[in-house]
Amino acid sequence: MKHILKIIALLVAVSAIWVGLLETSLIPHSHTWLLPIYFVVALGCYGLLMVGIGLMRFPTCPQEAILLQKDISEAREFLIQRGVDVGPD
Amino acid sequence: MEKNKNKYSLIIPTYNERLNIALIVYLVFKHLRDVEFEIIVVDDGSPDGTQDVVKQLQQVYGEDRILLRARPRKLGLGTAYSHGLKHASGEFVIIMDADLSHHPKYLPSFIKKQMETGASIVTGTRYVKGGGVHGWTLMRKLTSRGANVLAQTLLWPGVSDLTGSFRLYRRSVLEDVISSCVSKGYVFQMEMIVRASRKGYHIEEVPITFVDRVYGISKLGGSEIVEYLKGLVYLLLTT
Repeated sequence: MKHILKIIALLVAVSAIWVGLLETSLIPHSHTWLLPIYFVVALGCYGLLMVGIGLMRFPTCPQEAILLQKDISEAREFLIQRGVDVGPD
Repeated sequence: MEKNKNKYSLIIPTYNERLNIALIVYLVFKHLRDVEFEIIVVDDGSPDGTQDVVKQLQQVYGEDRILLRARPRKLGLGTAYSHGLKHASGEFVIIMDADLSHHPKYLPSFIKKQMETGASIVTGTRYVKGGGVHGWTLMRKLTSRGANVLAQTLLWPGVSDLTGSFRLYRRSVLEDVISSCVSKGYVFQMEMIVRASRKGYHIEEVPITFVDRVYGISKLGGSEIVEYLKGLVYLLLTT
């Protein structure tokens, strides 16, 4: 099944529950009408939260840049000895 | 590591990477010991003499270890892999960037992970413990996180780093997946892993660090966000 169909199916299921709530008046109508807005807001909050958490926990590796510089000079030395042209950039 | 009888083909597409390709070849030979491998350089007609450097490297390491499979001009990343794949003789293929943002010291962990799990694909991820990036501005981190959350929410791909391009594939799996991919640039990387995931291939991840390129200029254009969103919609509709 195409992925978009899965997502549409999910949305249809959620809408069905919502319509069900509207029909049965399990909770007051005024509340039920607002549920889709809550849903969208919740989705937005989830997104922002995930981006925020991801940003805070973004793994960085400054030490790797130093190690890479060491590797580069080591490689250059070896390659120049072997006659490979790794002259200045 | 137990005795490993497999052969690995490393495909490295290049364009104007004369310095980096030499450094990367040295580092591959330094870190991949006791493993049979070949390096296939797919150069898209670099005017900076990348191919001359590769020929010099062949003199040092042997023409059977370093294969130069050049193409006349810039023809895109996706086709570079197919081109390299045609000349690959290993059971496993590793693709990596030539700009040293992918460090060859992680190659043994890809191989080890594959042997332990029997996975068809091992993909490097920057977003877990032990991984990471260096040299990114806050804006780039923000874009990267936003793009990632969007893709995770919409595509449920089952891997944490969709656009990474440091990966190991079982050769037959790469042949299968690559034939169904049409995207260009780095959306191609995302399409590859999403399609592989939908086809039910066993995918494992290993942490890698990503140090932004030291030499040369980055080839990503300004419209990358638009391209990314288009790619996302395309994958939503076709996978």
